[in-house]
Amino acid sequence: MLKSTTTTKTVCYHCGEFCEEETILVDDKQFCCTGCKLVYEILKENNLCTYYSFEGTPGKSKKNEAIGHRYAYLDTESIAEKLIIFKNKNSTHVRFHIPKMHCSSCIWLLEHLSRLDKGVLQNQVNFIQKELFIVFDPKITSLRKLVELLDRIGYEPELNLEQIQQKIKKKKSKIRIYKIGLAGFAFGNIMLLSFPEYFSGGVYNGEDFRKIFGFLNLFLAIPVFFFSANEFMINAWKGIQQKTINIDVPIAIGIIAMFLRSSFEIISGTGAGFFDSMTGLVFFMLLGRNFQDKTYDWLSFDRDYKSYFPISVTRIKNSKSEEPVTVSDLKINDRLRIHHLEIIPADSLLVEDYASIDYSFVTGESNPVNCLKGERIYAGGKLIGSTAEVIVQREVSQSYLTQLWNRSNDKGISISYFQKISAAISKWFVIITLTIATASAIYWYSLDINKSINAFTSVLVIACACALALSAPFTFGNMLRILGKKGIYLKSAFVIERLADVHTIVFDKTGTLTESNNVAITYKGNEIPDEHLDAIESIAACSSHPLSKLLAKHLHSNKKCLKVNYILEHPGKGIEGDIKNHHYSLGSYDFIVGINHEKKDKQKHTSIFIKIDECTIGYFQFNNQYRHGLKSTIEKLQKDNYKTAIITGDHEGEKMILENIFSSTSEIKFNQSPQNKLDYIKHLQKHGDKILMVGDGLNDAGALMQSNIGLTISQDINNFSPACDGIVLNDQFNNLPALLSFAKSGIRIVIISFIISIAYNVIGLYFAIQGTLSPVIAAILMPISTSSLVLYTVIASSLKARKLGLS
Amino acid sequence: MSVILILIICSLLVSTGFLIAFFWSVNNGQYDDDISPAVRILIDDEIEDIDSTNKNK
Repeated sequence: MLKSTTTTKTVCYHCGEFCEEETILVDDKQFCCTGCKLVYEILKENNLCTYYSFEGTPGKSKKNEAIGHRYAYLDTESIAEKLIIFKNKNSTHVRFHIPKMHCSSCIWLLEHLSRLDKGVLQNQVNFIQKELFIVFDPKITSLRKLVELLDRIGYEPELNLEQIQQKIKKKKSKIRIYKIGLAGFAFGNIMLLSFPEYFSGGVYNGEDFRKIFGFLNLFLAIPVFFFSANEFMINAWKGIQQKTINIDVPIAIGIIAMFLRSSFEIISGTGAGFFDSMTGLVFFMLLGRNFQDKTYDWLSFDRDYKSYFPISVTRIKNSKSEEPVTVSDLKINDRLRIHHLEIIPADSLLVEDYASIDYSFVTGESNPVNCLKGERIYAGGKLIGSTAEVIVQREVSQSYLTQLWNRSNDKGISISYFQKISAAISKWFVIITLTIATASAIYWYSLDINKSINAFTSVLVIACACALALSAPFTFGNMLRILGKKGIYLKSAFVIERLADVHTIVFDKTGTLTESNNVAITYKGNEIPDEHLDAIESIAACSSHPLSKLLAKHLHSNKKCLKVNYILEHPGKGIEGDIKNHHYSLGSYDFIVGINHEKKDKQKHTSIFIKIDECTIGYFQFNNQYRHGLKSTIEKLQKDNYKTAIITGDHEGEKMILENIFSSTSEIKFNQSPQNKLDYIKHLQKHGDKILMVGDGLNDAGALMQSNIGLTISQDINNFSPACDGIVLNDQFNNLPALLSFAKSGIRIVIISFIISIAYNVIGLYFAIQGTLSPVIAAILMPISTSSLVLYTVIASSLKARKLGLS
Repeated sequence: MSVILILIICSLLVSTGFLIAFFWSVNNGQYDDDISPAVRILIDDEIEDIDSTNKNK
């Protein structure tokens, strides 16, 4: 194995990322880190290199991951049992969720696990759900070994508290699919049996046929009416009970009218009925609902703190021995040992002298916080660096993080905007159709009683709220699909409606406006000669602290690393070392300059101070890099008359830059706690503003829930994100203005399709009022109106997306 | 006339058969994952065995 530093940027053979710090060469293949190299070696040993032949660089980076005994808890029977689906003497069944599964190579490798572990009897991938089902022999291997194996080859299963608490995942209901299948089947057959009726103009060779076909149609329509169409009836009934008229009420009225009238006609032998139209409508409306209900099964919009917490932690027993314990079983005064990159599960006191904790998820502050012995550390923080012992102060369910969730959740479910609008339209629709129906019935009553009933039901039949039921689902369903392809995942079709109504956009700063993995480093102070710079780089490279690593990367030169004679790391403070007769110290202000000095001013920024031979010469300052094109995105939004505001938990250090980007009209609030953020949204809403909150972390959770629409910006969709209405991929941030105008045009498309369908309804009503609506006219009008509507909505929304650059 | 009736009954029976087949396949989970089976069928194990140093010989 060779170790070398190269000047040209090379791509890792395993994960495809640029090798930035160092390149490791094995078999003429380049790897960016030892993690990737290890995976390659495991696969090579087991003749599994076909993995690399399906797709180039299929792996995911193994950088920045914890190693060690973190899966030891899986050996504990009680915990393992919660994960296992089925178990007997010879085989154990288990299902893992593996978020990192992403390509055909993954499928291949994961289905060849038996080559890596002889205990695997059978395994299968479900790519859509990103699940791996394994049957293994408990005598040969164990749950822990399997999880460790998966982790080693880069497919770490997601194991968290939530899964344990609801192991049996609710199976996605397939009933809708059955209903569609049945309705489609009945629709096709009834159409076929109705053809004689259409073409004969009502004159048959034999009356027998008419009767037989009629009864066959009735027989086929009964299951459609009672099974396929029942959700319309149930929803309509629920609405009426709550004294609202929802979209299903006019649909239910139409379907019931069609069914009763057709059954009556067939049984009494007076006509052929409208079963073809009825089953067709049910079929198309169910299809539309299915289209609209496009869900991202592998995404979670409603995750809560439970899915953030690990399953278990290491508890130290009195006798100094350790045992894994489930997080929910933790009690006050338990002593825990937290390892590098582990999450602190409950509010605790630090026993160790020193610990560095990354609270980025709770507070949004991007830099780790240094804690001293006896300090309280909060649940949700991630330990960075050496292991630490802590004593639990509060139970998990009582911790600060948990309360944050509960507080934001007690908002309750309010009626969505869509429901309000559709209720209003439905109400008028019902009123108007009933009025027309009654009016025509009254008109015909004096002339012909049969015609009067005929006209009444015909109006209800033809006015069946097909536009209402079809245009919105198909438009929004198509929009969801387009946005999903682009990397904007909205929770439901209703989100689009609400997006169109937004006036004010509130941004979080860290992680939302800034790019979390891109930091600008500037140096301030006396100039450092080149030889010293090299030395500083070499020393920084020795430290495991994230800031030192960033500095080493920043200073990275092409020269070889210098030999470090003496190195001493002070965890959480800094690092010192000797190179070529010089003594270098790198670290925090307190460590280098001393605690007693005035420091307020310089604390606004994160920085590393440099001391060479007892002489402080300057410091490196770390600034968050704002997103590319942020300014133009914000300008576009402001040009479209959106009000903008920023609320951040950060200090005021970057006030000037933000004011420059957002202009003076935007409100910018610093040092906001999660509660402050929530209150701010509430305050704006009191003035009648409809708010879009764009955030990223748990510190925004309250605000995201409170706002009318909460969008989460995420680096990786598999990462944890707080409850929200939509997840936007990092690189799609600049499409925010396009998304908003897309939502607006979506509403316009729905309204136009309403107008189109009203035109069809007027033609139909013309026949219906006269009491001459024949099954043939219904059978012609129905497919024309539905298909033209569906085509219009889908084509119009696709064209609009192309125009806005979203597809 | 009776011929047409028999044919219609036959056609209904056949289509019902397909409906049942559809229900069965949905219930059986054949539509749950439409990506991995498509990939799986292209995966060839044999090449691997030839490449590996005379394990099976």
